[in-house]
Order: sequence, then C-alpha cells, then structure tokens
Amino acid sequence: MSDRTLAPLGRRLVELTQAKQVGAYRLMTCCDPDGPLPQAGQFYMLCATDGWGGGEQERPFLPRPYSYLRASGENSELSFIFEDVGPGSHVLGSLQPPAKLWLMGPLGIGFWRPDDDRRALLVGGGIGLAPLAAWQTELADQANAVALLGFRGTAHADAAHLLRDPQIATDDGSVGHHGLVTELLESELDRDSHATVYACGPPRMLEAVRLLCERRAIPAQLAMESTMACGFGACFGCVVPTRDGYLRLCVDGPVIDAARVQTALEGSDQ
Amino acid sequence: MSLGSPGPAAVDFCGLSLAGPIINGSGTFDAIAALRVFGDGLLEAFPFDAYVSKTITLAPRQGNRPPRLWEAGAGLINSIGLPNKGLEGYLRDDLPILTRLPVPLITNVMGHSHAEIGELVSTVGSYDQVAAIEINVSCPNVDSGLVMGADPAETAALVSHVRGLTNKPLIIKLTPNATDVAAVALAAQEAGADAVSLINTLRAMALHPKTSEPWLGGKTGGLSGPAVRSIALAQVYEVAQRISIPIVGIGGVQSGDDALNLLKAGATVVAVGTESFRDPTAGSRIGAELAAISRKERE
Repeated sequence: MSDRTLAPLGRRLVELTQAKQVGAYRLMTCCDPDGPLPQAGQFYMLCATDGWGGGEQERPFLPRPYSYLRASGENSELSFIFEDVGPGSHVLGSLQPPAKLWLMGPLGIGFWRPDDDRRALLVGGGIGLAPLAAWQTELADQANAVALLGFRGTAHADAAHLLRDPQIATDDGSVGHHGLVTELLESELDRDSHATVYACGPPRMLEAVRLLCERRAIPAQLAMESTMACGFGACFGCVVPTRDGYLRLCVDGPVIDAARVQTALEGSDQ
Repeated sequence: MSLGSPGPAAVDFCGLSLAGPIINGSGTFDAIAALRVFGDGLLEAFPFDAYVSKTITLAPRQGNRPPRLWEAGAGLINSIGLPNKGLEGYLRDDLPILTRLPVPLITNVMGHSHAEIGELVSTVGSYDQVAAIEINVSCPNVDSGLVMGADPAETAALVSHVRGLTNKPLIIKLTPNATDVAAVALAAQEAGADAVSLINTLRAMALHPKTSEPWLGGKTGGLSGPAVRSIALAQVYEVAQRISIPIVGIGGVQSGDDALNLLKAGATVVAVGTESFRDPTAGSRIGAELAAISRKERE
C-alpha cells in the first residue's frame, strides 16, 4: 500500500482553462485529464512553456511547487492559487487561457485523518489556505470542522471565500479579528480543545501554531514550504529539521506531524 | 530509451555495455525516492542507460543546514552537503533497491583520506551488483589539507592507493575548481583510473537580498545547469586532448544537441543532472533527441 497518490512519471502539458484575480491572488485552473485524483495537501510542480529557463529571462529556471486548491474528478480540473512574489509566480500569473503549462504530480504526502473523534481546526495564513480548502472539501462529513484564516488586509482576505464559513483575522483589522490567526486558534481551543490542528502558512505563523499546539498538547499537522528544485526527492534541497534529522519536504512532506518538527522557521523561501 | 524508435547504438564505457550514452550525474536523481513518487513505472521507462548513485561516505551525513538552494540565472546553486546513510546504510537499505534498476549501477564514493576512500572502494567493489565505482575527489584530504582533485600529485596518490583494491572500473569525478583540470585528468589516467567524469559544480554563492549575508547554509555552493554548459564543453575538450581513457561529459545538458556537443568534444557518455530536476524524464528525451540527430547524420 502506498502512503500517497502516485504521480504519473514525468511532467505533462496541460491546458489552462481559467485565470482570474482573487483580491491580491491569482487563481488558475487547468485541465489535467491524465492525472489521478490527488490527496489534499499533495502538490504539483508547475512552469510555463515559454519564458522559463533560458533566453533573455534567466529566471525562472526551475518549476515551482504549489499545493492544489481544488481538484475535480468529474472534469479533471485542478486549481491553484498564488501571489505574484517572484519571477516564477510572475510568469505563471501572466498566462491566459488557452495557454499550456507543464505540470507534474501529485507529489508528496498530504493531510491524513487521525483515528479519533477530535474535531478539525484548519488554520491558514495567506496563500496557505490552498491545501486547507482541499482538506475542508475532504472533511465535508465533519460538521464541526472550523476554518481560521489570517491575512495582511482586505485585498488578501478576498480569497477567504474559497473556504466555507471561515473566521478571519487581518493584520490591519480591515476584515474580521484585528490580530493574528493564532489568537483565533487560542479562542477556539479555549472553547473546545478536543481538536486536531491542520495548518499551512508562512514560517512564523506555522512556528507559532506548532509551539501553541505543543504547549497545549494538541495534535497538529503542518503543511510546510521550502524552496524546491525538483519535487521528487532528487535534489535534497528542500529539507526541514525534524527530530529524525533533515527530512525532504517533497517526498516525506509537505504535510508533517508537528510533533516531529524541530522548527518551522528554517524552510525558507528564496 | 523510448520504445518504438530504434535507440542509439550500444556504448562500451570502460568495459560496461550500455544501451545508450545517457547516464545521470551523481546526486541529481534519487531512484529510490523516485520509485516512491512515481511507482514501478519508473523501471519500465528508466531515463538513463546507467545509474550513478549519490555520493556514499563511510559514516552517515546529515548534509548542510538549509537553505540549500538558490535559483541562479539559467542555473542552480546548491549546498546540499552530501547527505547519505553511510556505507553500512547504503549496503543494507539502498543496494537491494538499486539492484532492481534495469541498468548498470555505478556507485559514487567520497572520503577524507586515502584510508577512508580505500575502505569504500574495496567494500563497494566486492558487490556483484556494483558495475563500477566513481570517486568524488572534490573534497579536502585531511592528511594533506589539499583538495584531492585540485592537484595532479594528490589525485595520482589517491588513485594509486585505491587502484589495487578493486577490479571494477574506477571513474574519477574531477572538480572544475582546479588550475589545470587536464593535468589532474592525466595524473588520474597514469595512476590507473579507467575513466574521468567532468564537470562537477563550480564554486558559487548568493547573498541574502535583505541582509547581504551568504544565503546558503553552507555559505558557498556549487553552480550547475545551462549556466555552466560552455565551461563544461571547454573542460571536456581540453581533457580529451590529453588523455585516452573515456570521459563522462557533464554540465548543463538540456537537449540532444547539448549532449552531442560533449560527445564531439571527446566524451564517451554524457550525464544529465540539473535538467532532471525540471523533468525527471529528461534523460529519455535527450537520449531520443540524440538518437534522432545521429540517424539524420548517418543518412
């Protein structure tokens, strides 16, 4: 038995079927008829067919890892969401249907259901909402699951509707709670601590979630991020420190049991 | 190699019969991880004509602290630090899996002294599953303080020491960070090496965009990818003028044309490295492109 949905060997050319702005983010949907249905928290390596890896634009050169936001078995649709923060996301964000892009996946290990009756607390920071949206869909049978999302401000919080009924926190107080998403998490745990936390977000947020859960003995799964060159275990570049030594996020993550993680601060971005 | 179209002719590489001339660079394709990700389909469409393991050291290594990667212009700077399970772990955990690969296995080793490398070579060489041994000499010798592959005399002393310890072909993976790489290659040949491979990565670094401190956990790293392709071509060409043993040409190969260039410059086989990060089946594609070019040339 495999612990993941296996990826077809190699990258495949897929067609972009939709690209639109969601607040500060870009939401992209493509049609992937040859790919299997992924598991929430798994990711894909994406790159454009042009303007990637040579010529006048030296960067981007390597594909970029993105957790999927939505996957539909019916029409083979896969959605991703990202922000224009560097050369890779910039080129991807400029694509318009029916552009083609290269995709490889699903990759890595996603969230898993613990064998207990704890309710699910989904905690996201910014673009970290992507795998949580997918996980919320898989947890549709859990009526008491709660989503908590943190954003910088209004433009980013526009994407909150991609999850069902989220509680929102913003740094500037423009939407929802004025403060950190971890403060929402504290309140939820005060209300009912019989929960498992599923978190994805920037390193400092993940580290705060990890420490909070450790202090309160709450089981947690962290979907972590790191710079990756390959996505399939070849380059050994995406390691994060764990109690068992360095783990490659691409093959042994990106979702990791928080109890194994030494610090969520080291898997940093270029 | 891709089915349906006639592949390239078999290649004799220091006694190994390879179905084609495309192999992988050490440390750029973890077949064991790839099997976990892609399943056994990988074995049916294995992208290389021989498989070179990542570097094995006597004791296990954790590797360098992150960050380990920096995307450079048309390339990649890595500071991985050769993480591996050590010789025992390799023989126990990895070798049984690597034996499943449909191509000859070349095991890459590195040590900090002649004694360490000697033990690695004699032990690894005693396994039937290992077709050849590649020695990474981009490492300082703790006894002399010199990088073994940076100096002809150092390289000659190392190869002389290990030559008698195995009958398997010995490939010396040269460092490009040497004053006269061809002199090092010649020294390796005269001391009994069966082949040399080049180039390894070039020493490089990146600064943190905000703090201006070295970005990589290991401070400096090695540059690979298209950015080093023309340097590789020059070094392979120069080395080929001076030695008669086979050369593994490595450096920025992305296409059949790139591979052909290295072959024409004097390489016997070509290794694909960084391009596999972008596409795990790059080796198959490059092999097919090369075969197509060769067919056209014959017509």
